[in-house]
Amino acid sequence: MNAVQLEGGFANLSHDAAHAFRAALQAMARPGQIETLDMARPPAPCSVAAGALLLTLCDTTTPIYLAPSHDDAGLRAWIAFHTGAPLVAPEAAMFALGTWGALCPVDRFAIGTSAYPDRAATLIVEMDALEAKGAVLRGPGIKDRAALSLPEIAAFQDNRRRFPLGFDCYFTCGDRLAGLPRSTHVEG
Amino acid sequence: MNAYNFAYLDEQTKRMIRRAILKGVAVPGYQVPFASREMPMPYGWGTGGVQVTAACLTPEDTLKVIDQGADDTTNAVSIRKFFEKTAGVAVTEKTGEATIIQTRHRIPEQTLTEDQILVYQVPIPEPLRFLEPSEVETRKMHALEDYGLMHVKLYEDIARHGEIATAYAYPVKVEGRYVMDPSPIPKFDNPKLESAALQLFGAGREQRIYAVPPYTKVVSLDFDDYPFDPSKPAHPCALCGAEDSYLDEVITDDAGSRMFVCSDTDYCAGRRGDGA
Amino acid sequence: MYVAVKGGERAIDNAHAWLAEERRGDTGVAELSIAQIREQLALSVARVMAEGSLYDPDLAALAIKQARGDLIEAVFLIRAYRTTLPRFGASNPIETAAMVCDRRISATFKDLPGGQILGPTFDYTHRLLDFALAAEGLDPAPAPQVAAPDGALPHVTDFLAREDLIQPEADGPATPRDLTREPLDFPADRPLRLQALTRGDEGFVLSMAYSTQRGYGRTHPFVGELRIGTVAVEMEIPELGFAIELGEVVLTECETVNQFMGSKTEPPQFTRGYGLVFGQSERKAISMALVDRSLRWEELGEDNVGAPAQDQEFVLYHADNVQATGFLEHIKLPHYVDFQSELELIRRLRAEALGDQAREAAE
Repeated sequence: MNAVQLEGGFANLSHDAAHAFRAALQAMARPGQIETLDMARPPAPCSVAAGALLLTLCDTTTPIYLAPSHDDAGLRAWIAFHTGAPLVAPEAAMFALGTWGALCPVDRFAIGTSAYPDRAATLIVEMDALEAKGAVLRGPGIKDRAALSLPEIAAFQDNRRRFPLGFDCYFTCGDRLAGLPRSTHVEG
Repeated sequence: MNAYNFAYLDEQTKRMIRRAILKGVAVPGYQVPFASREMPMPYGWGTGGVQVTAACLTPEDTLKVIDQGADDTTNAVSIRKFFEKTAGVAVTEKTGEATIIQTRHRIPEQTLTEDQILVYQVPIPEPLRFLEPSEVETRKMHALEDYGLMHVKLYEDIARHGEIATAYAYPVKVEGRYVMDPSPIPKFDNPKLESAALQLFGAGREQRIYAVPPYTKVVSLDFDDYPFDPSKPAHPCALCGAEDSYLDEVITDDAGSRMFVCSDTDYCAGRRGDGA
Repeated sequence: MYVAVKGGERAIDNAHAWLAEERRGDTGVAELSIAQIREQLALSVARVMAEGSLYDPDLAALAIKQARGDLIEAVFLIRAYRTTLPRFGASNPIETAAMVCDRRISATFKDLPGGQILGPTFDYTHRLLDFALAAEGLDPAPAPQVAAPDGALPHVTDFLAREDLIQPEADGPATPRDLTREPLDFPADRPLRLQALTRGDEGFVLSMAYSTQRGYGRTHPFVGELRIGTVAVEMEIPELGFAIELGEVVLTECETVNQFMGSKTEPPQFTRGYGLVFGQSERKAISMALVDRSLRWEELGEDNVGAPAQDQEFVLYHADNVQATGFLEHIKLPHYVDFQSELELIRRLRAEALGDQAREAAE
């Protein structure tokens, strides 16, 4: 294990995690709103924001799927050291990390059951750009309408159609973060 | 208390609660099971709300705690003190200054903003529980969106009493899908469930967390010919004169004289301008 | 002029000060030490450890002292402390067949290898107040000693198992779910049910068990064996590649042998109920075994006669005294807002009802 894997965690565990969670909560509660999450230093190709999400939400009880875009030895070691989360196949994952292209097809991920819709995956989608423009969002958390530069439309419309089942997404780019819960209606 | 972590809970517990909160936000009105911990205060006294607040607090937050609308009720005082001690956060009685408000049985009168989170303490999160005691059965009903039992109950109320005889914990439907218990707030407060603030609900003993994100559609259950009526008796507050706030009835002497005063102590004090 | 009640904080501080004073009682009387409680109120300590789910006699004794002898309050103190403790790992399953027994009795066989060991039991004491105890300073004469039996005492049910007369117990999931780390959901498997029962309220589990004896879901139990003694706790240390002994715990174990006439799926044979509790807690261990057996109706293909002790939701949701007492006592908290809304509703409905009656009388 080298120094890179040991570094880049939260400097102040409880305070950094509290700030990161608050940003993650706001992002999920207000789809399209872009938050800043800059307290982690994960190894490439993981973004700063995605790294903070992993440190905040993952531990030995949360299996993670690393899509091919992020299935990197350094990142694996970093996740193992800082979270202890087991790495698994997409079907068994509570969290999945990768670019949209690498995560697809997304119908592999858990969408919960009618009795337990919470038993669904959270996808952390790494983006080249993340801006409050593009697809139109409506639904819980959104006053009238919001906009977000989604990687595609149809997959999120399919996801909404299955509500209350479905996966939930975070989009990350550098230290920027946005959320898209399954409850959001997406229009092109 | 220095031996304890920020906001009392250990980080692994907070992660577990935080994951549950996020799923609750993603599925508005659905009760997410979570492994509620034993807290250093009794079950039924706000352990669910306390765990949710502890998971959401940051050191920069300003916390307000109310019980029955009042900041100075003993349990509100006790919970506020707990977080002052374990999280070192600033506290306030002013609704407008708070970033997180933990509440039992009321929604503040002052309209909440996007910068605020309202955390409810919930005794029995299952709106169908008193119609069907089995958790296995009520879970099935939610899964199948089968709320017939609830409609029958409301209808029987009308047949017997001429109105829906539920005065508090009045059930709502969230975003057209889940029937939800808004906790034992008076039905007067139900319209305020559609809010700019994020609302989180914690039931510690029953091990459930649920959420109503900002601007989510929340409809109090009713019938076309018997529409939901959140009104309250038309007394003004004897202290501040407010006619739009929920009032406590206070018995003032042995002869049973009574007066009505705002249950929201901050609202009342603000109107009286004494800043108390 | 009415003034809203203020000063909650001062009232709380004052109440706590008064409580501390009352806890100590008359300072002219010597203060109890933790060691005194641990040694002389050992069965209270055992109960607090069992229902607190934490094996630490000194902490349990401290909790009893702090709680002024209120055992449910003491259990609560232990639980609230326990939940903050870091977890270093899980022990290996303990081996109760290797228990060094202080007590070991069987109701199903007159004699058996290892013999009946009565041990320190109240069973045959005449319940006459011993006024000699009121005079302090009289230490009892030492009890007669015999050499401990050689080797481990076999479990009584093993003898029945050799003849295939008792249902073998299948191995459960390798790692049982942890009731204190996951939310309870249903159906709850047997390991989870046993966890809930062993930390359940002694009075509740006793009454549930008693109800099955009186006919609410009768389970025909015999105490196959009751044993109390010391068992080693071992933990695998991956770095060492072998298990090391962490210490010893005192446990009470009860296996009941239950008559079973067979069902659609199972042949006639004896079946078991199982109880295992921290400390010397035999009333609790026997009760637990009866309730465990009663909750097994479904896997054994028995009829659900609707008895409370057959209903796992009912038993598991109501066995925990920390949950129960918290929720019960929370009705002491102010409820004047919901009461007010109820008051207005009742006044309105009453006015309407009386109006209706008056109209009817007039017609």
